[in-house]
Amino acid sequence: MTVKSFGQAVAEGLTLALEMDEGVFLAGEGIGTSIHVNPHLPTYQLLERFGSRRVRDTPVSEAAIAGLAVGASCMGLRPVVEIMYFPFFTLASDMIINHAAKLRYLSGGLSSFPLTVRIKSGMFAAGCQHSHYLEAWLAHVPGLKVVYPSNPADAKGLILSAVFDPDPVVIIEEMPLYWSIHDEVPEGDVRVALGKARVAREGQDATLAAYGGVVHVALKAAETLAKEGISLEVIDLRSLVPLDTASVLDSVRKTGRFVTLHDATRFCGFGAELVAMVAEQCHGELKAPPRRVAAPDIPVPFTPPQEEFYRPSADTVADTVRKLVGRS
Amino acid sequence: MQPQLDRNLRLTLLSNMVLIRAFEDRISELAREQGRLPGMQITCHGQEAIAAGVVRAMIREDVIVTNHRSHGHMLARGVDPNTLMAEIMGKRDGLNRGKSGTLHLADPARNVLMTSTVVGAAPLLAMGAAFAQHYRNEQAATSVFFGDGAAAEGSVHEAMNMAAVWKLPVLFVCESNCWAGAQSHDEHCPIKRVADRAPGYDMPGVVVDGNDVEAVYIAAKRLLEQCRTGRGPAFLECLTYRMHGHGEIDEQHYVDKDELAAWAERDPIELYVKVLQTDGVLDSRDAVEKQAVQTVDAAVAFADASPYPPPEEALEHIYVHPIGQEG
Repeated sequence: MTVKSFGQAVAEGLTLALEMDEGVFLAGEGIGTSIHVNPHLPTYQLLERFGSRRVRDTPVSEAAIAGLAVGASCMGLRPVVEIMYFPFFTLASDMIINHAAKLRYLSGGLSSFPLTVRIKSGMFAAGCQHSHYLEAWLAHVPGLKVVYPSNPADAKGLILSAVFDPDPVVIIEEMPLYWSIHDEVPEGDVRVALGKARVAREGQDATLAAYGGVVHVALKAAETLAKEGISLEVIDLRSLVPLDTASVLDSVRKTGRFVTLHDATRFCGFGAELVAMVAEQCHGELKAPPRRVAAPDIPVPFTPPQEEFYRPSADTVADTVRKLVGRS
Repeated sequence: MQPQLDRNLRLTLLSNMVLIRAFEDRISELAREQGRLPGMQITCHGQEAIAAGVVRAMIREDVIVTNHRSHGHMLARGVDPNTLMAEIMGKRDGLNRGKSGTLHLADPARNVLMTSTVVGAAPLLAMGAAFAQHYRNEQAATSVFFGDGAAAEGSVHEAMNMAAVWKLPVLFVCESNCWAGAQSHDEHCPIKRVADRAPGYDMPGVVVDGNDVEAVYIAAKRLLEQCRTGRGPAFLECLTYRMHGHGEIDEQHYVDKDELAAWAERDPIELYVKVLQTDGVLDSRDAVEKQAVQTVDAAVAFADASPYPPPEEALEHIYVHPIGQEG
């Protein structure tokens, strides 16, 4: 175990994948030579280490980046391509949604597409054309797998599983985590299975399901609540598709209360799917109606106070849980 | 003057075109029979010379990526007409187990790697496939077929740009059939020749008579050799005409009858039969046509005998390892 930043952990996963399999290559805008020089960026110095055959800087051409991945993966390579910021996914979406996700189905199982799309997400005072949490769109597409790590060990383990998965996997990386979260990371090819949630904190009074950076927000809220005698269980989903339904449902059956948390907007967000699942499966066992904590239904604002207004806070989570357990 | 091609090759070019025509004629007939073929049927009547010419110019290792008008490319590549017909009918023994229909055919075993019916998307897929050939240092190329209508899509331009920047072995084959749906070339394209855009991406843009199968073959062969030897992508525009409308339901009320008749005079099969008869290569076309019709008869019989796949098989072939989610 070594303590690494989230970004360094992704880099270690990518490095291992490149070392283990000659068919793995990386491509994206500025992944080799970047305007940003930061040792916590996941592709930092990979060009220097592996050369331009394996680590490809591309034109500013998201459809071509995604098309590259679909075509090359159908030929048996394992492309790992980067979409610089989540809103630019729209430019790549035809290749990912209509092709990566559907061509195996349309071929009657003759073809497969072992590709990985890394999407950089998060808020960084750039406004809504650079920041937009679109994971629910992706989770809604049969044929895609969607993973969303919250910590360095998971980031490494999930990227390794994604690269070597036989199907298209989208991994969403929140950029602010790259340098802000440091934690222990196991050495070597240690993978985190897709579709296995993690209990980030055990609790008895309510279950909170989250993924990505807001897992840390949930843990902060749980800390506050613990001082008030409220015990919050935090489930880090780690992957949205496949979804570890059993881990969520088992926890809800134990606590009888459920709340979801994400940075994405509320309406038709992934939390809605989770709440629907819990309502369908645990109706008689719930002690209170499920709740959702999410961003308001607005584009991500630019100016710092408004950006902060958008982001679901630990205080909001704590207040919601207090209401859920009848202690407000 | 074109150099004289090998006699067997010339007869193969003819028999490929004749088989494609016989197959497409039958699709047209079946499409008019109620309940026979699900969905819209799209045929390549009039464009057979491009399929035969380009595909015969390919080597076994070369890859094809095609589009909604793909039967000709499939048949020229040697895809089994039986499973092809069964697939078009949506049957269990279809090439893709009824998951594709006419629109999304794939036969990876014969390097017909992918089809996209999202107009203009195929060149992006082909660029990616060619990247894999380049990455593995294979002496092989990828041919991608699309129309002059598709050339309006940004995806075609992104594919050409990336392929050219990285010198990938892609042959962009533009079947300029004068129509994009119901819009004529002048309505969707500001220049007369789509190939004029090729130099803008630093690749050769060659224009040939798409109804002259030998002209197509010779140009494709030369350009594919260039692709395979590390000299980057190339663009081949084949001038032709869409004889049967966008699909079989399309009555082409917007098409000038005289223009259509003029192109019918330039039917690629009729033109080639005359050439081969003049050169003393072909005694009688009857045997070739009879063989093609027999092949198509057998394909229809095979497809008719095949059942539909069970409805619940719709749940399969999404992931390599199915994911279990509780409902």
